[in-house]
Amino acid sequence: MTDFLSLAGQNLLSPIILSFVLGLLAALARSDLNIPEAVAKGMSIYLLFAIGFKGGASVASYGLDARLGLSLLAGVILSALLPIIAFGLLKAMTGMSRLDAAAVAAHYGSISIVTFVAATSVLEGRGIPSEGYMVAVAAAMEAPAILSALWLISRGGGAESKGMDSALLREIMLNGSIVLLIGAFAIGWATGEQGMKEISSFIVNPFKGVLCLFLLDMGLVAGRGLRGGGGVLTRGVLAFGVLMPLVGSVFGLGAGLLLGLSSGGVALMMVLSASASYIAVPAAMRVALPEANPSLYLTLSLGVTFPFNLTVGIPLYVGIAMALTGG
Amino acid sequence: MQTHKAKRVEITIENVMESRLTDALRKAGVTGYTVLPVLGGSGRSGAWTRSGQVSRAQGMVQVICIIRPERLDELLDAAFAVVERHIGVVSVVDCDVLRAERF
Repeated sequence: MTDFLSLAGQNLLSPIILSFVLGLLAALARSDLNIPEAVAKGMSIYLLFAIGFKGGASVASYGLDARLGLSLLAGVILSALLPIIAFGLLKAMTGMSRLDAAAVAAHYGSISIVTFVAATSVLEGRGIPSEGYMVAVAAAMEAPAILSALWLISRGGGAESKGMDSALLREIMLNGSIVLLIGAFAIGWATGEQGMKEISSFIVNPFKGVLCLFLLDMGLVAGRGLRGGGGVLTRGVLAFGVLMPLVGSVFGLGAGLLLGLSSGGVALMMVLSASASYIAVPAAMRVALPEANPSLYLTLSLGVTFPFNLTVGIPLYVGIAMALTGG
Repeated sequence: MQTHKAKRVEITIENVMESRLTDALRKAGVTGYTVLPVLGGSGRSGAWTRSGQVSRAQGMVQVICIIRPERLDELLDAAFAVVERHIGVVSVVDCDVLRAERF
């Protein structure tokens, strides 16, 4: 308990979290502070490349084990399963329509790569090792949730879904963040320690600073979302936004322990299962389920679950993973 | 200076639908169009701004086509099939162009 409180305290006072809070408060106070779209996209490309490369280089250094395939499979299963649980919870806890519930559920099966990046940063800061291939697991968890949500709608006989055409499937499977993450992972794996040595001054040293600025931007976007779309957050919806990450993390914990991952690996599996997408899935939902309310799923994912995971969730998941794995 | 009557169609549509719309326009024989980024706005789904966005989910673009009046219906049918269920605005205004053979 003391460990958890100390980790939570350190986490809350880290520059990363404080940058997010600054952005959030600035947006809520209607400050004109803003990060240009091109800069935000540039920073997201940098972070995805860096985290992918580091994961690949780590696999090259420490080698592969049989758990990689099983971890990927577990990630795909979790991503497909969690929307079904989220959908059930949403129907029980909120008065949300079937369509909105399916769209929101998709977000909770998929993952937030920024939450994952923040968690890896916390683990690195604490010197807790994790499996480098968790980056590949993160990429594998992006898409199955979208298919589950579309299945939930088609199962209800809904004509609301535009279904999965080949263009949408290509956009989902080859969306920029997946391609960059997997591509950088492959480059890191292929070039290994030497490659890392060559570009570490670019992808290691500035990493936390860029992450701070990116989270400042996330805070601004979340704050603007809360200001504009806060009205959609009823008590039931808000409660779901906090409960669902905890439910997801329990499934991630179970999967991580079953797979025999390290403390850091279990914590990351919990983080992936607990986080909600706000980059890949919202875009897919706009195409596949255009009548679903975007302010509902964007506000919930970015305005409620993301800050919860960042401030309370990550130290909690790391604390539990450490306690249960004896790390 | 001699000018010619034409129709200017402005379609403001979600970012994610841009390629679907331009594909539909090309299939309908409309090969000339301009795509402009939209900085922000407000509508039935609330206010939004482009700044800071990393997801394509919230952005909008404007597709502008200038065509001969007799081709308007064909273009609108193609555009409507794409934008029907999505957030957006389609408007048509009269305009004059200098080189009719280009449209």
